[in-house]
Amino acid sequence: MKFGVVVFPGSNCDRDMQDALQHDLGKEVIMLWHKDEDLSMFTTEDCIVLPGGFSYGDYLRCGAIARFSPMMKSVIEFANKGGKVLGVCNGFQILCESGLLPGVLLQNANQQFICKNVYISNKAGQALKIPIAHGEGRYHADEATLDELEQNNQVIFRYCNESGDVGETGNPNGASRHIAGIRNKAGNVFGMMPHPERATSTALGNLDGKEVFSILGLLN
Amino acid sequence: MEITVKTAQQLRLTEEEFELIKQKLGRTPNFTELCAFSGMWSEHCSYKNSIKWLKTLPRDGGRMLVAAGEENAGLMDMGNGFGVVFKIESHNHPSAIEPFQGAATGVGGIQRDIFTMGARPIASLNSLRFGNLNDKKTQRLLGGVVHGIGHYGNCFGVPTVGGEVYFEDCYHTNPLVNAMSVGIMKAKDMISATAAGIGNPVFFVGSATGKDGIGGASFASADITAESAEELPAVQVGDPFQEKKLLEACLEVIGTNAVVGMQDMGAAGIICSTAEMSAKGGVGMRIDLEKVPTRQQNMKAWELLLSESQERMLIVVEKGKEDAVLKVFEKWDLAASNIGEVTGDGMLRFYMHGELEAEIPAHELVLGGGAPQYTREYKEPAYFEQIKAFNADTVADVTDIKATAEALVQLPNIASKRWVYTQYDSMVGAANTSTNAPSDAAIVLAKGTGKALAVTVDCNSKYVFADPYTGGMIAVAEAARNIVCSGGEPIGVTNCLNFGNPYDPEVYYQFVKAVTGMGDACRKFNTPVTGGNVSFYNQNPDGPVYPTPTIGMVGVLDNFEDRMTLDFKSAGDVILLIGKQQNDIASSEYLHKLKKVTHSPAPHFNLDEEFNLQQFVAGVIKNRQVVSAHDISEGGLAVALLESSFNRGLGFDITIDEAGIRKDAFWFGEAQSRVVVSTTEANLASLESALNTAGISYTKLGTVTTGDIRVNGENWGTVKEWKEKYDTAIEKILQSV
Repeated sequence: MKFGVVVFPGSNCDRDMQDALQHDLGKEVIMLWHKDEDLSMFTTEDCIVLPGGFSYGDYLRCGAIARFSPMMKSVIEFANKGGKVLGVCNGFQILCESGLLPGVLLQNANQQFICKNVYISNKAGQALKIPIAHGEGRYHADEATLDELEQNNQVIFRYCNESGDVGETGNPNGASRHIAGIRNKAGNVFGMMPHPERATSTALGNLDGKEVFSILGLLN
Repeated sequence: MEITVKTAQQLRLTEEEFELIKQKLGRTPNFTELCAFSGMWSEHCSYKNSIKWLKTLPRDGGRMLVAAGEENAGLMDMGNGFGVVFKIESHNHPSAIEPFQGAATGVGGIQRDIFTMGARPIASLNSLRFGNLNDKKTQRLLGGVVHGIGHYGNCFGVPTVGGEVYFEDCYHTNPLVNAMSVGIMKAKDMISATAAGIGNPVFFVGSATGKDGIGGASFASADITAESAEELPAVQVGDPFQEKKLLEACLEVIGTNAVVGMQDMGAAGIICSTAEMSAKGGVGMRIDLEKVPTRQQNMKAWELLLSESQERMLIVVEKGKEDAVLKVFEKWDLAASNIGEVTGDGMLRFYMHGELEAEIPAHELVLGGGAPQYTREYKEPAYFEQIKAFNADTVADVTDIKATAEALVQLPNIASKRWVYTQYDSMVGAANTSTNAPSDAAIVLAKGTGKALAVTVDCNSKYVFADPYTGGMIAVAEAARNIVCSGGEPIGVTNCLNFGNPYDPEVYYQFVKAVTGMGDACRKFNTPVTGGNVSFYNQNPDGPVYPTPTIGMVGVLDNFEDRMTLDFKSAGDVILLIGKQQNDIASSEYLHKLKKVTHSPAPHFNLDEEFNLQQFVAGVIKNRQVVSAHDISEGGLAVALLESSFNRGLGFDITIDEAGIRKDAFWFGEAQSRVVVSTTEANLASLESALNTAGISYTKLGTVTTGDIRVNGENWGTVKEWKEKYDTAIEKILQSV
């Protein structure tokens, strides 16, 4: 399984993602330029990553301009064919803007940018320490959509405390139902606000990000 | 328009300077030319009142690859063919008027200084000073400045890995905002800010030019008064997205081998970049100003020359290789315009639609050329009498150590700055190892070089106010100590010298003595000054700020494994204080904030003692004889112990006889050259033997616990309770109003 990492103007976690996948996880990575369209070197077994950052300066709305880039048209096609797509932080925002995932990311409840380690829980209730760094990361959708996400097991990560208890205390941004990451119904498109690529090396003192990639089925 | 001395004075030039300009040109300058001199001879660009003393600093030697002042930032050898580029700069005046944009563009400006040399910035730091945090105005400034730094830095994508924030009344009107950036590059690939090659085209790249920031350099060279808000157009507006693209494009364009020289446009915009690049290359330039992309119509020549619009670069390109350069900027959707060419006669000629608007010899405008250099008078400040009159015996010793420690950890100068730093992306780049393992200096992986950097900014301005010479030395010593305690080898310094009005002899005394102290300490630690910035006029009708020579220091770790952290590691480990306890409470936070004594001498400091201590600590870290190291600074021993407890929630149990030293001095004194370390029981004997051999004083304090704190038998509760107080103190003040 190989990875493509899309570079938009304003992406700033593209190199971190490349580094984590290549050096820490031993994966083949191809960097993709936003003005290009060619994804023919990938099969649906591969994964396209939309990294964090401030694509197009986040002008208008986070991710709102990036969705119209030539490469995103190809990524949407790729996803619709069943190819794996992961969006982290700004990448998650782009996936929501492009309609590949439901919901939106609103400004954090405290109206501030927040960068710190938080804990997210997988379905088994295990707490993983993963950093966040965003100003607009409060996941929001209408009740019906949220109910549907739950029914279809589409919520992949929720904010929790150090012991794995999901709730207000561990929720840094006021996200609906403490949602930190979701997938689409088909299970091939993933979006999350926390940055697993910042937690895959012993030098950084945190390997929990590897577990995130593993849960997403991206370490095969 | 007739140009008279009055015009010159309105442009903040003196009568003598106006005469000098006439003499140098052999005629009366026109308005555009006078504006050019106004910007270039401003304090900010010319260093006219500081250069005499800056030259006394050690400015070469050690690992320096480029002497101070030669390029936009200092370049030092990291080994393996790699260089580290770093610089600190102030953005005080803009931030006082418009904190958000002022701070944001401060961050943007310093990043350009780094990547204009071809280095990729990997770490940002900042040093901030505000008035009393309980004050509404301070809260507005703090909020705006922090938001501005975050806004720009987070989007630009360089992690903010360290910094300092102090609150003192003297900064009420004049906050200080100093931003530092550190980048890495292959040393041989450095791009010089030099123009060369007659006939080579000059390119203007990046954002279009507007009327923002006009006169910014001269605005920053005056006191802040009630009328300063009317200078709002002198504050620039930043766009970090443009800068991020500019960074990537500039690093990519260097790879084309078409770049002869490159300089960013900061203070005094086009006139400064054209003048400095030409003067350094001993050439001139012909510039067609109508070719500069503008965002406003009908901009006049002087406006174009002085505009400080952000995210712009001037590039001299090798003739014939224009296409390669244009291709890169097109890829990044950035404007690049050929606005002129290098000429051979040393003259800067600016044309507007073929009309000659200004004609000035480049070297007459710049520092080291025609710009004036002044020798200012200085005299010992009158307030020194109050400092000399201080007598510690008139201050009653503490009775309740625990209650005093509780008050101290909640003082804004000591309490956790998490309200500030969580608003900065400190982890982008995936190289900041201090997030999960804190140390006295931030440790950042220099990816691709096999090494790591230790970086810090430090200045306790209260000490400098008390004794400018000693305080200047302490600022350097503390920075070096932070790097040594983190396992790094200090290699070089950048400084940001924030002072009041240089025409005030008492302020100038502080400047002279502080620079002298810094120089002496830098020589001792073999950390030459690679460059930096002088910010005078941090003064208002109520007086100057504390003299604040902020030190940014960089250290190298050849091996990341040598990194040392500040937190206690395991219950049962033994805690020692290395260095000598002193009967000294002078200039401590305890004395200043809790006892309300505003005038006392600088704390105990001896340069040789400090140097020996650092050599020793570096050795025991390398030999793995300690498992934590944390230097004692604000709040003294008690606060250092608590800070070592917080990360892992491990406490301490200490039983000690203060032995003839005041209790407040023992626990809260800020005498320098002391470090708290912990070591395993197994290594204790070897550590003590090393201490005895080296003749370094030490005190065995006690042991690390699983989470309780006990001092001389008194139960201080748990680390968790203390951490809660420490973490939330600033947030509580901000929420309470």
